[in-house]
Amino acid sequence: MATVFKKTSMLTDAPFHYCPGCTHGIIHRLVAEAIEELGMADRAVGVAPVGCAVFAYNYFNCDMQEASHGRAPAVATGIKRTLPDRLVFTYQGDGDLASIGAAEINHAAARAEKFTTIFINNAIYGMTGGQMAPTTLVGQKTTTSPYGRDSSHCGFPIRVSEMLATHEGAYYIARVSVHDTPNIIKAKAAIKKAFQYQLEGKGFCLVEVLSTCPTNWGMNPIEALDWLKENMIPQYPLGVFKDKEGK
Amino acid sequence: MVKLTIREERCKGCGLCVRACPKGILQISSTKINQKGYHPAEMTDAASCIACASCARTCPDVCIEIEK
Amino acid sequence: MTKVLMKGNEAIAEAAIMAGCRHYFGYPITPQNQIPEYMARRMPQVGGCFLQAESEIAAINMVYGAAGAGARAMTSSSSPGISLKQEGISYIAGAELPCVVINMVRGGPGLGSIQAAQSDYFQATKGGGHGDYHLITLAPASVQEACDLVQLAFDLADQYRCPAMLIGDGMIGQMMEPVELREPVKRELPPKTWATTGWDDKSRPRAVVNSLYIESEDLEKLNRRLQERYAEIAKNEVRYEAYHTEDAEIIVFAYGTVARIVKSAIAKCAEKGVKVGLLRPITLWPFPKEAVYNAAAQESVKGLLTVEMCAGQMVEDVRLAVNGLKPVDFFGKLGSTLPTTEEIVDEIIELRKERA
Repeated sequence: MATVFKKTSMLTDAPFHYCPGCTHGIIHRLVAEAIEELGMADRAVGVAPVGCAVFAYNYFNCDMQEASHGRAPAVATGIKRTLPDRLVFTYQGDGDLASIGAAEINHAAARAEKFTTIFINNAIYGMTGGQMAPTTLVGQKTTTSPYGRDSSHCGFPIRVSEMLATHEGAYYIARVSVHDTPNIIKAKAAIKKAFQYQLEGKGFCLVEVLSTCPTNWGMNPIEALDWLKENMIPQYPLGVFKDKEGK
Repeated sequence: MVKLTIREERCKGCGLCVRACPKGILQISSTKINQKGYHPAEMTDAASCIACASCARTCPDVCIEIEK
Repeated sequence: MTKVLMKGNEAIAEAAIMAGCRHYFGYPITPQNQIPEYMARRMPQVGGCFLQAESEIAAINMVYGAAGAGARAMTSSSSPGISLKQEGISYIAGAELPCVVINMVRGGPGLGSIQAAQSDYFQATKGGGHGDYHLITLAPASVQEACDLVQLAFDLADQYRCPAMLIGDGMIGQMMEPVELREPVKRELPPKTWATTGWDDKSRPRAVVNSLYIESEDLEKLNRRLQERYAEIAKNEVRYEAYHTEDAEIIVFAYGTVARIVKSAIAKCAEKGVKVGLLRPITLWPFPKEAVYNAAAQESVKGLLTVEMCAGQMVEDVRLAVNGLKPVDFFGKLGSTLPTTEEIVDEIIELRKERA
């Protein structure tokens, strides 16, 4: 019997604490497989965020550092400049990266820091119970936009990939999704490419992954996949926004 | 011959695999219940499985292993 | 007046609105999320402004701006977020602005835990931010008291042109208790002629809200002014509760939720024939030094015990206040857990034996 699919050893066997159907689990696996396939399993250092993925250090089977909320890019800068030959990555949600960490991620891109960021965008603050995020859609109800996000009160969602692509230091910026099998496969390819560029010593790479939050969106996991496809993709188009190699 | 194993104790019954399966041969069990109180996924027709691994790829808890 | 069963965080938010707060800037962090969530629902209903800032630092600076423009502004957070706000608080103090900051304390240091703790006493009272300033620091022990103190906080802040903090161990924000939401007693407060409202009223000087005093004589003037103000606050605004302290054998010093558990321990000790009293500071700053000393100095008192959910912070102020008269013992919970009545009773009995 040949193995068709087996859990990568780059994930520990700790059970994920994520909600049923939360796509964090899928993305963790893609990141882990990419690292393993690039032969960097014992030369990777990850930085965990504050958010649902705060326990990421329990799941990735490599050395990990916990960063304070939003500061993972700064922490990763410190790590990569100390250990330039390691594969350094941050794994951040939209509250972490686009709200409190907006300065850090912009400057990491501008400075062309040579680490990779995996950015999980689910348009909400998951861990703290469903508050509005900078990526929350206009009209979307959250616990701090109970009447629906009103653009005349608090503006419009941030398109992180497009924003970071404007930085000359950004090397590869892509937005992908994991709402069905073909997209999961494309997401993995983007993540692997971002890591590959890091191994080649190129500049800052980020992959934005559209993700679901069934619990705080108030729907079941399948409905959440559909909501993502119907509502998030029009706002956050999939594609490559920057690739200095033009491939 | 395809051998598909689901780690029932890790399954949260989210249903993503049921949606992903192109053969429609996965379902959430209405009888089984695991230690955490979830109804795990189960295969209804092993002989029809083509080992595409769509289920395994979409499982957020990496519960599914496939051998061929 | 009818009582409503409310969660601490929500009651505090409603009390703030009743005190006239119409500008709230916050950010999500456990265990105070219900405050921004409640404000998001309620502020539009009263024509006020709720905004979720991009971070706690942004939020405190929004408070600075609103307060500088004359508003009753408030923010809330929990320990790590309060750490972020320290620069902003120092600026607010230096610029002589009023505001209210709510801290629902969680375990630390670092990311710590999400459960209640009392490990931010130093941060609040010894100046978590830089420079010679003080935060009026109010510590409720019940949801009702939290409501009353929020209203007091706004008044004190306005009266003294000073930031005020309401500090609750995380329990206070999460628990649900019956609350009487009273209209605050109207106070004579000085008009905010210093606020940057746009200089169309030339009867007042041009308003500049600032904390930069580059000439040393000017900085000295500011600091003297602040110190005089703090002395006035210390003279007029100390608040505490003395519970069964008269002729007690042992005095326990505790605040917040811990003080309530101490009261249960006191009842248990009374059953055993041991007279125990509680001195509960309500203002952590200004600290009730005199009351602490007077309680401790009683001839009947053989032992002093401070109980906190931390490694020992308020105990230092207790020791300073007692001024070496008698030893002050300490019992602390370090893992973000509440002490049990039995634990405190055991400590008291043990202490009593030692000091007999």
